[in-house]
Amino acid sequence: MATSFLWNYTKKFVTASIITVTVSDRYVTVIPVRGDSMSPTFNPKSGSLMEDVFDDYVLVEKFCLGKYKFSHGDVVVFRSPLNHKETHIKRIAALPGEWFSTYHNSDVVQIPLGHCWVEGDNTASSMDSKSFGPIPLGLIRGRVTHVVWPPPRIGAVKSIPPQGLAFF
Amino acid sequence: MVVTIFRNLGPYVPAIKAAWGKTFLIFKGFCFLHITSTYVISSVVTSGPSMLPTIELRPNVFLMDKISTRFGKVSRGDIVVLRNPQDPRRFMTKRVVGLEGDSVTYISNPDNNDKFETIVVPKGGVWVEGDNKYKSNDSRNFGPISYGLIQGKMFWKILPFNDIGPFWNK
Repeated sequence: MATSFLWNYTKKFVTASIITVTVSDRYVTVIPVRGDSMSPTFNPKSGSLMEDVFDDYVLVEKFCLGKYKFSHGDVVVFRSPLNHKETHIKRIAALPGEWFSTYHNSDVVQIPLGHCWVEGDNTASSMDSKSFGPIPLGLIRGRVTHVVWPPPRIGAVKSIPPQGLAFF
Repeated sequence: MVVTIFRNLGPYVPAIKAAWGKTFLIFKGFCFLHITSTYVISSVVTSGPSMLPTIELRPNVFLMDKISTRFGKVSRGDIVVLRNPQDPRRFMTKRVVGLEGDSVTYISNPDNNDKFETIVVPKGGVWVEGDNKYKSNDSRNFGPISYGLIQGKMFWKILPFNDIGPFWNK
């Protein structure tokens, strides 16, 4: 009797987990944002004592991975080109084939085919394309659409291109 | 209103339950397939000349192992499947020639066999080349690729039938 109860419970648990993993891989998932590289869009109060408690949780949709169509200003989640085990959240500043010049640097670069230029909203402290160059679109794991936690900050994420950038 | 709808549904409840049960079963099967093909093992169809003579021109079907690449166990000489860095919707099959920190010497233009170039593969990068140096779009063209683009490692050939068998160390 006890074993059958345990067996039922395990079965339910396994079913629930494979469904959760599938949905979060293919459709939609919720992830926490660590660090202040996207402040003030995410984690505006980062650096205070309660940092971990007030980490923002964001909704990430994966439907964009079917066609890999993105637009300027989309906030995306991607695997770091330097370390495939790390995941970063940044904003797309330039798309394939565009000429792009960074704010503090007069260099003009052309974004190669299938790549994009990503930057953090907090330009002062952000590890982004300024340090590792354009990233392949294939590393992108999803697009951030909403902040879902904490409650006062719930809302859609606006798709605004970073300020002060020149496009040619 | 809602109550009457439910009351009229009465005779159909078993059928609805059965249909729901079947749908859920199919969905579970789909989820199971997704997990297997994303995290454990997946099949891949190859075509094209870039890996000649190791992989023939005609379409072949291989199994690829998705566990070892997830844990960073890729070594020089492995044949891997990766997302095309120039078009993320497409995949390509190449051989790993250099890992991060390696210095790779390659012939930039094999048609006139005299110009060698040497490059050090950067952190997080992998240098991949096709076996057919004359007709392959690979790192010699687009530079080192990010490790995150690697999808899996070939380990078994399953089609065509006369050629079935293990495919590592090839």
